[in-house]
Order: sequence, then structure tokens, then C-alpha cells
Amino acid sequence: MSGAAVSSGIAITARQLTRKFGDKVAVDHIDLDIPSGRIYGFLGPNGSGKSTTLRMLCGMLLPSDGHAEVFGLSVVKDAEAIRRRLGYMPQKFSLWEDLTTDENLQFIADLYGLEGDVGARIAQARATYDLESLRRQRAGTMSGGQKQRLALAAATLHAPELLLLDEPTSAVDPQSRRDFWERLFELAEAGATILVSTHYMDEAERCHGLAIIADGRVVAEGTPRALMESVDADIFEIEGADGSEAPRVIRELPWVHGVTQLGIRLRVLADRSTKDAAEQLRALLARHGIDARIERTDASLEDVFVVSTRREKRGD
Amino acid sequence: MATSRFAGSLRRLRAVARKEVRQLSRDRVTFGMIVGVPLLQIVMFGYAINFDVRNIATVVQDLANSSMSREFIAQLRATQIVRVEYTTNSSAELDRLMREGRASVGVVIPRDFERRLQSDTRPAVQIVVDGSQPSLAAIAAGIAQTPILVRHGAGPYAGGKRMAPRRIEVRTLYNPEKRTAVQIVPALIGVILSMTMVLFTSGAIVRERERGNLELLIATPLGRLELMVGKLLPYVGIGLVQTTLILIVGSALFNVPVVGGLLSLYAATLVFIAASLGLGLFVSTLAQTQFQAFQLAFVTMLPSILLSGFMFPFEGMPVAAQWIAELLPLTHFNVIIRGVMLRGAELGDVWPQLGKLAIFLVVMLGIAVARFKKRLD
Repeated sequence: MSGAAVSSGIAITARQLTRKFGDKVAVDHIDLDIPSGRIYGFLGPNGSGKSTTLRMLCGMLLPSDGHAEVFGLSVVKDAEAIRRRLGYMPQKFSLWEDLTTDENLQFIADLYGLEGDVGARIAQARATYDLESLRRQRAGTMSGGQKQRLALAAATLHAPELLLLDEPTSAVDPQSRRDFWERLFELAEAGATILVSTHYMDEAERCHGLAIIADGRVVAEGTPRALMESVDADIFEIEGADGSEAPRVIRELPWVHGVTQLGIRLRVLADRSTKDAAEQLRALLARHGIDARIERTDASLEDVFVVSTRREKRGD
Repeated sequence: MATSRFAGSLRRLRAVARKEVRQLSRDRVTFGMIVGVPLLQIVMFGYAINFDVRNIATVVQDLANSSMSREFIAQLRATQIVRVEYTTNSSAELDRLMREGRASVGVVIPRDFERRLQSDTRPAVQIVVDGSQPSLAAIAAGIAQTPILVRHGAGPYAGGKRMAPRRIEVRTLYNPEKRTAVQIVPALIGVILSMTMVLFTSGAIVRERERGNLELLIATPLGRLELMVGKLLPYVGIGLVQTTLILIVGSALFNVPVVGGLLSLYAATLVFIAASLGLGLFVSTLAQTQFQAFQLAFVTMLPSILLSGFMFPFEGMPVAAQWIAELLPLTHFNVIIRGVMLRGAELGDVWPQLGKLAIFLVVMLGIAVARFKKRLD
């Protein structure tokens, strides 16, 4: 992979990238600068425009407005040139279910015109993605985790400089997800740029860089750490208020962004501008006869997600 | 660079074809259809079908060239069963027109027409019929019943008397025993092929879309023409297998001969198969689901069966129907296959039809490739 040499460069840029389906705006004037040689995540709920953005980047959907470049090539005019350097793994399993592991990989190798010892490269892929025992098994009979390993093996077989993964772990058990991410880090280590969409917070947290997407817009962007540190809210954890009354009365406060129940604890996101938020919460609960312990804590990525998507809604 | 690009293109095309064959061999229903559909149809159609027509292209060889013979021709025209397209003096010319399928009926008026009319022993007129076409034999029998008015003395039709029908002799060429199976089976090759070929390929692109494979496929460097031709190739082989099957069953069950060369037959069939596959691919780019593709394929099938000359002779149809029929590959293939199988025509005799099929293929493939975008929208 030749990506290592340009790991400090930018692999993908997008300016005002927009896609409409009829009246519905799926992607709404997005700007992106995605560095090469890194794992970059799109975090957002279903229907937020992640898949549409990925599809525009690999040239299979035309932008309605704005433009994007991959390796400095236009996704509209140079789609074919980009395709040779790109591996794409759609959300739905897209290899051929009535073909075996080897047949699927051989087909992909032929499509990309792999040269040299193709058999050896396929064998290497089988070893890397633990597919040796599935060589002659048809993809349709595989488990979710097995299919996903096969799909990643196929998407990386031609050693692409850029890998686009659309919610790759949505049908996979936790152990398979961990293994999968290990493979991703190995690929990034080898110089590949990886763009992965997800709605899992723990996955998003593992990315080098992250864009939080809601309603077709990038509402927050940065490293996961920077996003958590700069969150525009104070986070409080309340213990001893696990009835149904406490969350209800807290939600009514105008400066509260959100309340989440975590077992016996409540997690409250309070606006930064509020002075003495902890004191006000304590007083409110005391008025309702609840004696709770309140503690300030660090923001998680989920908090960032809740705050940034909420602010987006208020802006409308 | 150019050669390596071509090699890469060939490799992708081969990969698609091989994938298609693998998938096909694992799809038992489709695999069964390849053999089952032709067998079922040939047995079904092989028996019992009858027809009726008008406006048959006719060649007249008037050796008598007398006022009475011209009168006779005028009367024949008036029946509207025949349409005199050619007149000739040479038997060789008449044979050629019949073999090329340009004329389906030949009317031979001997030099001694008048004398024969008087005599009771020899037929006065010979009607030559292309027996390779269904229902024409029946038509000829109808023509033979045409009353011939013979003038006696002066004045038109004065004292005319009806000529006995048996004075017209009907001779059936190419299918002397006038067996329907002999007419039906060659045409059935075309009907079965267009049915299976269009059906199979109409689902080809849609299936990839429905199963979600298309999204991956269009993200690869696979070219549109590579995809189309690669998808098409395996079905060419299947079409040839089906043709062989029909020929064998036709020969075993109905004694249908192959008068012309087998090579000509397979060469012509190959062109027709490709044209039908082109039509199927075009349908495949129109449809969004396999069900839609199936319905569309059926829509193309009905006119093929009704207008191609399989059911009703081409000449007997209204002009508008003939225009539509001209656009159907089966129409041209019917002319070719009847010529080759029953009249011993060679490829040289049917090149206009072959040319039309080739044009059809190029146009369909062109539209299919142009319509298929490597995009989802």
C-alpha cells in the first residue's frame, strides 16, 4: 500500500456536498477534510445521511450540489480512476451467496485485474481473515461474523488506498467486532485510509477522527477526545434517584439537554451557562423528597452526540 | 498498454461469464427450465395447430401468355388469397424465389393452357406451394377450388362455363406430405429460444440489483459492456443446447428433416440467440425487480408468437402488424429457419434476414449498455 508516504496528506475533501432525493435532503451541504492513513468515523443515527455520503464518495450517487475529491480526483468525472484505488463494503452483504469463499475472492481478484500470484494473495487473505475452514463453503450459509470477514477480505484484496465501510459491524457479535477493529488498525498501520460509518459509540471512540452526522449535516467534528473535552455541557451523575419521578422533573428544567437512566444512576446533561447546576438539581430533588448524591463527571461520546444533535434541532 | 487493457477487459468478461455459469448450475429451477421448457413446448405445439390466410406472395410463370391465361390470373387476384409479386418465364427463377422465401405460392400456366382446358385428362394449371409454411397447403387447396370462367365465342363471359376444379393441380414443395409438425417444429426453435433467452437474461441485471450485489459490482472497475457481454455468453451456450434438443426430439417424434446444412442452421441460430439475449438485457435494464422483468419479457413474447409468422403467415397480416413484426427478431428467424431446415437454403440465401438480426443485436446491446449506469440513481 502506497498510502504510507502520504499519511500526512488529505485523502478526501468535500465542499458543500449535497444530495437530494426528491424533496428530501439526505445530505445537506457537508464539508469534509479526511486525512489519509487514518481511521475516520461517521457517527450518526439511521437515516442521517452516512450511507448517501459514502455512496457519493465512491461515485455511485451523483451529488445534487457541491463537490468532493478523493485523492484529488473528482467523484463525478474520475469515478473510474477512483474505483481502482478504493475498496467498498456496503451495509448489506453484497458478495454472491451462491458462491464459495474462494469463488467470491477469485471473482473479485479478476474484476480488479490482480497480477502476479493471485492464488497466493487469496490464500493470504484467507489466513488474515480466518477463512481457511470456509474455503469451499457458500457465503449464503455463513454466520454474520463469517460473512463480514469475507466481505472485508474481498474489499481489501486489491490493497486499496481507501476503504469505505458502511456500518460494517451491524450484524456481528461483540467478539467479531473486536477482531474486526483489530484488522482495521492493521490496515491503517499499513497506510490505508479508512472511512467507517457506525452508530455504535464504542466504535466511534476508537476512530482517529470523527464527524457526528445528524439530518444530513456534520454537527460536530474532531478527535473523539477533543470532542469529549470540548462538549458544551456539564455532566452530572445522580445516585439514589432511580424512581420514575426524578427523571421527569429534571427533564422539565429548561437548561437540561438530556437525562439518561443507567441502572441505578441518572446521567444529566446540563447547559454550561447554568451557574450552580448541581445545587439547583439537589434543591429540586429535595423539594420532591428525594435525597440523592450528585457528582460531576467527564463527558462520554454519547453525551457529545446528544448535545450536538440537540443543538442542531434547536438551530432549526 | 492497449493490449494489456484488452487482456484485463477479457479477464473481467470471462470472470462474469464463469460466475454466471456457476450460479446457474446451482439454481435447480432455472436449470430444469433449460431442458423442461423446450421439451414441454415441442410436445405441446407439435400436435394440432391450424391456420387461415390471405395475400400470399405469389410468383406467376405464364408460359401461355394468352388472353385466357391473363384472364385466369386476374381471377386469381380477385380472390385476394394470392398477391402476384413476381412474374417470370423461367422455372429456375421461380425455384429461386420460392427457395428464398420471397414467394410462397407459384402458379405455373403451361404453354398449351387452352388446349388442356378442353381436354379432360391433364391439369390445366399447376399451383406450387411452399409446404414449409403452416396453413399454406390448405390455402392452395382453396385456390384449386377457384372457378375458372372460360369464354366461348364473342363477348366477355358470354356463355361461360365453370371449369372443373380438378383441372388445377396442386404440388406441395418441401413438405410433400403436408404435415403440420414439419412446419411447426422449425418455427418452434425460434419460439422456444426467444422465450427462454429473453426470460433468462431479463432477470440477469435485476437479480444482481435485488440481491444487493449490484452495489458492490458497480464499485469495482468492471466495465458496462464487459458486464453485459459476460452475462450474455453462458446463455448462448444454453441456447445451442436447446436447439440441439429440439432438433433431436423433432426428428425422433415428428420426423422433421433438416434439408439444409447443419452448419448454416447453427450459425443462423447463433445470431438469433444473440439478438434475443440483447432484447432480454434491454428488458433487464428497464425493470426494477425480477417480477417486473418477468412481466416485461412476457410482453415481448406475445407479439413474437402472434406476429412473427409462427401462428399466422406474415403476408396475411394487416400492414401495421407487419411493421411491428419487422421489429421482432423471431419474424426474421422464422424465414431463415424454415428456409434452411425445409427448403435447403444456405446462409447466402437468407443474408437480408441475418443482417436484420445482427442490427437488432447491436441496437439492443447498445441501448442496454447506455441505459445501465454504474450508479444507484
